[in-house]
Amino acid sequence: MRALTWHGKHDVRVETVDDPKIVNPRDLILKVTATAICGSDLHIYDSFIPSMMPGDVLGHEFMGEVVEVGPSLRGEGDNAPLKKGDRVVVPFNIACGNCRPCKTGQFSGCDNSNPADKADISEVAYGHAVAGIFGYSHMTGGYAGGQAEYVRVPYGDVGPLKVPDGLTDEQVLFLSDIFPTGWMAAENCGIQPGDTVAVWGCGPVGQFAIRSAFLQGAGKVIAIDHHANRLALARAAGAEVLDYHEVKVREALTELTGGNGPDACIDAVGLEAHGFSPDNVVDAAKAAVRLATDRTHVLREVIMACRKGGHVSVPGVYGGITDKFPVGAFMEKGLTMKTGQTHTQKYMRQLLELIQEGRLDPTFVISHRLPLEEAAEGYRIFKDKQDEVTKVVLRP
Amino acid sequence: MPTDTDAPITPANLVRQPGGDTFVSRAVTIDRSRDELYAFWRNFSNLARLMDNVERIEVLDERRSHWVVKGPAGADIEWDSLVVEDEPGRRIAWRADEDAEIRNSGWVEFRDAPPGRGTEVHAVIEYDAPGGVVGRLIAKLFQREPNTQTRRELRRFKQLMETGEISTSEGPRGAGRHEPSESKES
Repeated sequence: MRALTWHGKHDVRVETVDDPKIVNPRDLILKVTATAICGSDLHIYDSFIPSMMPGDVLGHEFMGEVVEVGPSLRGEGDNAPLKKGDRVVVPFNIACGNCRPCKTGQFSGCDNSNPADKADISEVAYGHAVAGIFGYSHMTGGYAGGQAEYVRVPYGDVGPLKVPDGLTDEQVLFLSDIFPTGWMAAENCGIQPGDTVAVWGCGPVGQFAIRSAFLQGAGKVIAIDHHANRLALARAAGAEVLDYHEVKVREALTELTGGNGPDACIDAVGLEAHGFSPDNVVDAAKAAVRLATDRTHVLREVIMACRKGGHVSVPGVYGGITDKFPVGAFMEKGLTMKTGQTHTQKYMRQLLELIQEGRLDPTFVISHRLPLEEAAEGYRIFKDKQDEVTKVVLRP
Repeated sequence: MPTDTDAPITPANLVRQPGGDTFVSRAVTIDRSRDELYAFWRNFSNLARLMDNVERIEVLDERRSHWVVKGPAGADIEWDSLVVEDEPGRRIAWRADEDAEIRNSGWVEFRDAPPGRGTEVHAVIEYDAPGGVVGRLIAKLFQREPNTQTRRELRRFKQLMETGEISTSEGPRGAGRHEPSESKES
């Protein structure tokens, strides 16, 4: 089959690789019909994610048709196992459904989906092994991703959601990651009716966080970025916007909230923050010589900007360590911080209903459509032309 | 090595005992009953599915089993293991024969986790390889990160008991690169 493989910094290629096969009893094989490049794929493209190996197939946002089913999928009634020919969208993280984290809805904390040998990496790095993720380094399991013609889906009786007839691929594809991720980011804000929520980063996750915050009762959303196209999309959703090249963000936020600061602040940027603030320049220099991996300018700013007693929500991806963490502001203002990989499986069904009711049409975020064969070009423009590109959908 | 079931587990999971033996301990919580977990472990032939270097484990009788482990340069290392304590649903302890090339022993205990939260599995393994060049080779192999081996074995035990399979990312990932199989299908 053809698949997008990683070979090094800014080096991804569409190559012919072996087809996947059923390995475990609860596996599915999917023929991919649509897949997308995620902002977090750019962290891999830029070589910020450790434990990648040349030849790894990328891609964790995908959907398709079931073409093979393992012998022992579990479930009955409404949860009856999927069959050949079913059309499904697949969550980016892999969850077994049987461990305590899965049973309590903490799917991204699944104890079992990271293979025993790969799990060592994160146990050493983070104290505990993290769950498996498709196409996202060997720290998260070394699973082949879905930017390919076919993909093996482990625990196929837990994650994949059957797509009802009448919905297009593009309407449901983002249930795989960015819609649930934006939704959970807003949920982590503990929004009370009328609250003001500030969102740093108007990439795809930020866009879904803005819309989710309104749907969850926010009175005002303030969106922060510097790309005109992305700010325009935020404005179209009803947000007030700040271009951080034009205004001092913290002062502007304080004024826009009557001196209080936002009730909740969302860091939808993560470890590759741009900009030329002094702390960011120091972080970037350290990252270049591998003294620290994460540029955490936005994380610092959300903590400094948030009102006393407010919520800080961090859907942006971090992987390493940081310094200059404003722990005093965090403690003295009594902030609540929530973060984590998304519990995608927990949100897919309810968000599918929102799409069916017409309350949110996820296709707004798509700016480019390319065949899988041109995936490398997709990465390049997503990286280099963020003022034009918001989301690239690939078709095998 | 501690044998009292109520003795506190050492927090360090890799300790060199004064005698020179290597001593590994680790715990994992599994969402299954003590009886189920005990039953799987007590049939020693099952354990080969969880272990990296073990070729096969033959159950000889109620107390004895024969272990075959991949050795250096393709040579297998074999020994008989004897169950020395057996409390159904609670605890199993074993010890290699006196004439084994690698003296080894261990125990596993199944303890109730807080109500509704499954079973805590505590395992302790102790190894002692002979001296000399061969001994060092064997030790290097057998104790190759004994900590890591124990950690992976208990993870696979949890995966298999909770999900019915052992997680693997085996399979094609890219052009011209294939990793050794980690699949152990049920």
